[in-house]
Amino acid sequence: MTNLNSSFSALADPTRRAILARLAQGEATVMELAEPFKMTQPAISQHLKVLEAAGLVESRIDGTKRPRRLAKRGVEETEQWLATLRQALERNYQRLDDVLAAMQPQKGKKTQ
Amino acid sequence: MNKLTLTTEGDTHIVVTRHFAAPPETVYRAHTEPALIQQWLLGPDGWTMPVCINDAQPGGKMRYEWTNGKGGAFHITGEYVALEPYSRIVHIERMHLPDPTPDNHVETTFQPDGAGTLMTIRMTLPDSKTRAAMLSTGMEHGMEASYVRMEALVNATLLQASAAHNSRL
Repeated sequence: MTNLNSSFSALADPTRRAILARLAQGEATVMELAEPFKMTQPAISQHLKVLEAAGLVESRIDGTKRPRRLAKRGVEETEQWLATLRQALERNYQRLDDVLAAMQPQKGKKTQ
Repeated sequence: MNKLTLTTEGDTHIVVTRHFAAPPETVYRAHTEPALIQQWLLGPDGWTMPVCINDAQPGGKMRYEWTNGKGGAFHITGEYVALEPYSRIVHIERMHLPDPTPDNHVETTFQPDGAGTLMTIRMTLPDSKTRAAMLSTGMEHGMEASYVRMEALVNATLLQASAAHNSRL
């Protein structure tokens, strides 16, 4: 079971979100991840540890390398939350526009 | 201009504004009458709110339950603190995922704005960490590019999910 709260705090950091965005395009090693962030490999490893503990990222063994990739489960859970909050705001208010238009009595003759 | 704005204030506040082309009374009613709330407060396509309990009076309880019909579900509970028809609502809410999130104190105002209404939602979270968690989970627009890519990923996945759902219909 992925802990949702740790997912959320893992996502509270912009570097970790950027790491997730990078991993969304395919797996990468710590060295490859460190490159665009101007950060040391230990610093990136620290962020990866948080992401792994939150169930968002997992690693696989490939010879001497341990490429990281998005963990499906963590992404799915985070996604559901993300989708709910963000899209709720955007789509809800568009829907509310329609509801309000329907509620307006006769005087809804587009008087601005 | 119907554009939604979302900004932070101090360490613990989030402020959302949105203009509506209807007078405050209408917008207020759409926020307090369950039959109206259930028509719009739904989130992404495919989600519905089968349960909407909304006792809009001071001390009254609210409980909104959402489902996507595919096993996804969550709900919020809350209490009303103050209501001033048709200009202001103060309530406290929390999400259950299923563990409750920290209480979110919400003040919503509806001000006449031309022929319509300017709605302002001011949320107060218990601490900056809770707010950061909330913002990072997708509420703020125009964040760093990395986050935009993350959103694109989420949207693409949602599209796939809804395409898979539709193909089953």
